[in-house]
Amino acid sequence: MDLITMLKQLGAGMIVTGEIFFLTLLFSLPLGLIIAFGRMAKNGFVRTVSKIYISIMRGTPLMLQLIVVYFAPYYVFGIRLGAGYRMVALILGFVLNYAAYFAEIYRAGIQAIPVGQHEAAQVLGFSKAQTFFKIILPQVIKRILPPVTNEVITLVKDTSLAFVLTVAEMFTIAKQIASAQTTVMPLMVAGVFYYVFNLLVAFVMDLIEKKLGYYR
Amino acid sequence: MNLLEINHMKKSFGDLEVIKDFSLSVKEGEVVSIIGPSGSGKSTILRCATLLETMDDGELLYMGQNAAKSVNGKSVYASKTELKKIRRFFGLVFQNFNLFPHYNVLKNIMDAPVTVDKVPKEEAKERALKLLEQLGLSEKGKAYPYQLSGGQQQRVSIARALALQPKILFFDEPTSALDPELTGEVLKVIKELAKEKMTMIIVTHEMQFAKELSDRIIFMENGVVVQEGTPDEIFHSENERIREFIGKIESVY
Repeated sequence: MDLITMLKQLGAGMIVTGEIFFLTLLFSLPLGLIIAFGRMAKNGFVRTVSKIYISIMRGTPLMLQLIVVYFAPYYVFGIRLGAGYRMVALILGFVLNYAAYFAEIYRAGIQAIPVGQHEAAQVLGFSKAQTFFKIILPQVIKRILPPVTNEVITLVKDTSLAFVLTVAEMFTIAKQIASAQTTVMPLMVAGVFYYVFNLLVAFVMDLIEKKLGYYR
Repeated sequence: MNLLEINHMKKSFGDLEVIKDFSLSVKEGEVVSIIGPSGSGKSTILRCATLLETMDDGELLYMGQNAAKSVNGKSVYASKTELKKIRRFFGLVFQNFNLFPHYNVLKNIMDAPVTVDKVPKEEAKERALKLLEQLGLSEKGKAYPYQLSGGQQQRVSIARALALQPKILFFDEPTSALDPELTGEVLKVIKELAKEKMTMIIVTHEMQFAKELSDRIIFMENGVVVQEGTPDEIFHSENERIREFIGKIESVY
């Protein structure tokens, strides 16, 4: 197999990798915020449930979680879902897992905002929602960018776990070619791909950080 | 009519009785200072009066409207909508300014009138610019809080409170976070406000300032009012504790 053919095959996998990446972020970032609220809720039951959720999601392997999400509909509910469910299960598993990590990052960020910000807004007559979205959240986002960048970079590499549900993202294809052709070349290409992807992630996050650097 | 009326306010944190029985009425245009040692409950009174804390017992009225009533030895607060209306009567200036760091000076001042009072943007901006001029900050509209000195930040926070056109303004140790030089510029602004007959209640450690400015001074210790009177009465008090406190503070300067 020549290099061009190999790159073409890997390229198809890269699109799937990108899909997993963007869809996971799209859903897990807002879901994480909701879980963070649950974790900080006044209601003890909600708080405990959120805590247990985060504990399980962080305490068990993502690979196992993907398998559970994929097989649960059949083994728990007896529902047989078509092959299309594989990709859905994959995204669902990633979202549920990453939201737990994001939740704790949000919580740290929210709790780091001085109580005086809430009090100033309250005395000025802002509602709770206005206070959160206008005053608190913008400051939280600025503070949590570095840990969020960490998670996003980890996510890029975690996409390779898609092989457990036989979703053909790039690394799965690279391994297939490598064993069929008895060469490590595709694996090296995969490595370069992840590195460049993460360079791009770091670059974008840096841009956002700079953009929010107008205040301290 | 009294602008503000506090009747028999009581407040505890756990076992600690911070305010034992505090009453105060304030008429329009009056300036009242609350002085006393740290931990005497001064700030807690302001926090209860501005609805940042809830009282355990006692009444709180603004312009004759009940924010809280005393029912069977417990404070019962008015509905959320009522309290929202009552909040418009007062403003609070914090010790640590608490400006919004992500907004520039102009937006810090304009945002509450636009968001809360639905004042048209242009009008809110005009109001803000006028306040900035009045407080000697005309050049600083586009600056962010971190670019300002503490004194400037505190003046912006006074402007922010004034932008909502409150009937009464509370100050919680407005100069405690400032060095003596910056303290002067903030006190000057408060004096100007007093001249314009702004109703104010000021918790402060600046004795000379309280003496010059106040119609009445309240001396507190351990959650009770030790004495309430004109500056002259307080500064020539017979009370041993007050003499000692004032003497100590004045000897520092």
